[in-house]
Amino acid sequence: MTERVKLMQGNEACVEGALDAGVLFYAGYPITPSSEIAEEFAAKLPKVGGKFIQMEDEIASMGAVVGASLAGKKAVTATSGPGFSLKQEIIGFANMIEAPCVIMNVQRAGPSTGLPTSPAQGDVMQARWGTHGDHPALVLCPNSVTDAYLLSFQAVNWAERFRTPVILLLDETIGHLRERVILPRKDEMVITNRKQPHGAPGSFQPYDITDEDLIPPLPPYGGGYRFHTTGLYHDETGFPSNRPEVTSRLLNRLHEKIDKYKETLFLYETYGLRQANQLIISYGASARSAKAAWRIAREKGLLVGLLILKTIWPFPEEIVAQAGHDKNNIVVAEMNRGQLIGEVERVMDKRIPIRGAQRADGVLITPEQILAKLEGVN
Amino acid sequence: MARYEIRLSGAGGQGLILAGIILSEAVVRFTDKEVVQTQSYGPEARGGASKAEVIISDEEIDYPQVNKPDFLLALTQEAYNKYNRDLKEYGIMVVDERVDIAMRGGPTYVVPIQKLTQEKLGTRMVVNVVSLALFNKLHEVVETEKLREVVLERVPRGTEDLNKKALELGEELAENLNQYKIKSKEEEEEE
Repeated sequence: MTERVKLMQGNEACVEGALDAGVLFYAGYPITPSSEIAEEFAAKLPKVGGKFIQMEDEIASMGAVVGASLAGKKAVTATSGPGFSLKQEIIGFANMIEAPCVIMNVQRAGPSTGLPTSPAQGDVMQARWGTHGDHPALVLCPNSVTDAYLLSFQAVNWAERFRTPVILLLDETIGHLRERVILPRKDEMVITNRKQPHGAPGSFQPYDITDEDLIPPLPPYGGGYRFHTTGLYHDETGFPSNRPEVTSRLLNRLHEKIDKYKETLFLYETYGLRQANQLIISYGASARSAKAAWRIAREKGLLVGLLILKTIWPFPEEIVAQAGHDKNNIVVAEMNRGQLIGEVERVMDKRIPIRGAQRADGVLITPEQILAKLEGVN
Repeated sequence: MARYEIRLSGAGGQGLILAGIILSEAVVRFTDKEVVQTQSYGPEARGGASKAEVIISDEEIDYPQVNKPDFLLALTQEAYNKYNRDLKEYGIMVVDERVDIAMRGGPTYVVPIQKLTQEKLGTRMVVNVVSLALFNKLHEVVETEKLREVVLERVPRGTEDLNKKALELGEELAENLNQYKIKSKEEEEEE
């Protein structure tokens, strides 16, 4: 089998990636600019023995996804800003009960219903902190259609491996873009499935942590293992407890199960970092303009490096610090009024100037806007 | 080919978005060039002025949007008014004969695309495929048979013969394009 070369749309690639990772359940409520994800799942899931449900709203969709996940299926939903806001409560519930699932958010300009068909990256902080409580977050940002496929596949794998919701954070530009993609051979893609219990059903304790990875096994509802789930703090039996030691043990473990493997979760691209005294940092569709700006700056003879982040949460502190520590100008390009730039500022030496190349009017940021923030362009 | 930017515009419903997708698909399948395709979304895709944009390049396409088109097709006045402004000075412009245009320097062709489609094929439904074939023949992006293959896969069943004829008409228009060329400012001044 050879590599798969195709013309594909970003939203379609999200579906392909998820299906190749073994997703068999989708529940959602269509919303521009994510609707093609629902359309493609509706067309394709029945053909592979999966289920597609168009629910009455975004909240119910998220609930159905968590339910399907507990019933043993790899489950996905997709939405845009207004729907992402509605899903937050149940995303928190999925965090707390450790239900693997993937939420695809194709960002459009907000707040509120904003601009339905225009790109934005205004949900960066919402993807991190949208649901209440001191929870962890795993968020991936594709900057091409190929990336949309690969990161969708990865998101499903990581949801299963870490028993956590994973957010695939696209934007209208990447979601609607069609481009030439080269997908890896299917037999090269390694699928991860959630861990199953070793012992007999009778003695099963759903949150009894014996494995080094701090992740409890998850048998499917209806498979003989009986267990209770709750959004309240719970002990190894799955039933509520308000004991301080149970509370801190659970909250810490929710973070540590991801922190422990953080180094392996940071996906990014770098260009010309070594011979550079300036650095551009970007992600998602903005990274396409950043790449163009970087190329033009190089052609002009400027020593500029480029760091494109694909994993934005957990924030790759060490990678950003390493790329930026010896630079004398850092430009963070994003389509909002400055969200991820705050994280860059947090990890960098205060003496290094950090400038935002920002655009939030529903139009893709241009290479010229990013170039204008570099030193020595004109 | 260095980065080449194409904008196909007309009224929503004329099928130019499908034309853009078919062109991109042909590039992916039958060339080793990079391609990206974008389009109008929302109300304008269902009436009013609508566009599909395609960028073809030998090199990686980073910034995915059309900046200054090298080629503009405008089938309606509204599309021309909305989308002609940033055309490259010497970019190619093809407009339907019913569109009033301003004088310009670059190669400009005023072609009775809609009228001929109606007269020769009995319907304007395939004006998108006529336009697509015209563009492809003019630029020789892929061979005629390859384009036909992709078109026939993408169009509704039962319309194959009609679309084959539309492809032929588009190619014929491309071959005779010079008869539709209008004089540029400079040429006018020389005379």
